[in-house]
Amino acid sequence: MRSLKISIQQQDFNIQDECTALKKDHKDIGALATFTGLVRDIDNEREGAEVAALFLEHYPGMTEKRLEEIAHMADQRWSILDVVIIHRIGELNAAEQIVFVAVSSQHREAAFAACAYIMDFLKTSAPFWKKSRSSDGEHWVAAKQSDAEAAERWAEAKQKR
Amino acid sequence: MLSILYFASIREKLGLSAEQLELPEGVCTVSALVDVLIAQHGPVWDDVLNKSSVLVAVNQTVAQPTSRIKDGDEIAFFPPVTGG
Repeated sequence: MRSLKISIQQQDFNIQDECTALKKDHKDIGALATFTGLVRDIDNEREGAEVAALFLEHYPGMTEKRLEEIAHMADQRWSILDVVIIHRIGELNAAEQIVFVAVSSQHREAAFAACAYIMDFLKTSAPFWKKSRSSDGEHWVAAKQSDAEAAERWAEAKQKR
Repeated sequence: MLSILYFASIREKLGLSAEQLELPEGVCTVSALVDVLIAQHGPVWDDVLNKSSVLVAVNQTVAQPTSRIKDGDEIAFFPPVTGG
């Protein structure tokens, strides 16, 4: 891995600016995979209650440490060049951006896979918690089994470079 | 001195986000520390901390009830994570 940027921030981010910054100094990038997570206004766990806002809390220090570990785990599995992980905290309204992961590589396979891998482990092991405010009040969002399964699939997946 | 942190729903249920604690003699694991905290704070703490879903980190790395602790450590209790 050539570069790693991790940012936990309250303010919004600009996807284009992040991508431009990655491409600016390098001509060896052949693939740039990005993922952006948004605040969905429907709570499927609560019979489609309308979500007005999410409140994102984190464990300062451990969050950055864990995200760094996850990026290095991805780097062990795939030939990747640059990684950007941005996660917002605080109050976020429906449709706002929450999380951004970008991975650059020479080839698309590594970029796609590493980007998905980083998101799967971010969701299941980085210390963030969501509280949602919806039409039926405030509640802490429960961890999903499907997220745990998504991270587990990498244990079985054949190692590729 | 131990630094103890509580996050998210655990912090709300306990009504406390952080505390400092002199490590009592003979207490050298996470589970022994939990017993000390329950003895000190009462049954609400028993209800909240003695759940299998509660996660613990020692010095910002996820740990187990049997993990060793020592003076100066930062111990954090939190529910399953839900970021992203």
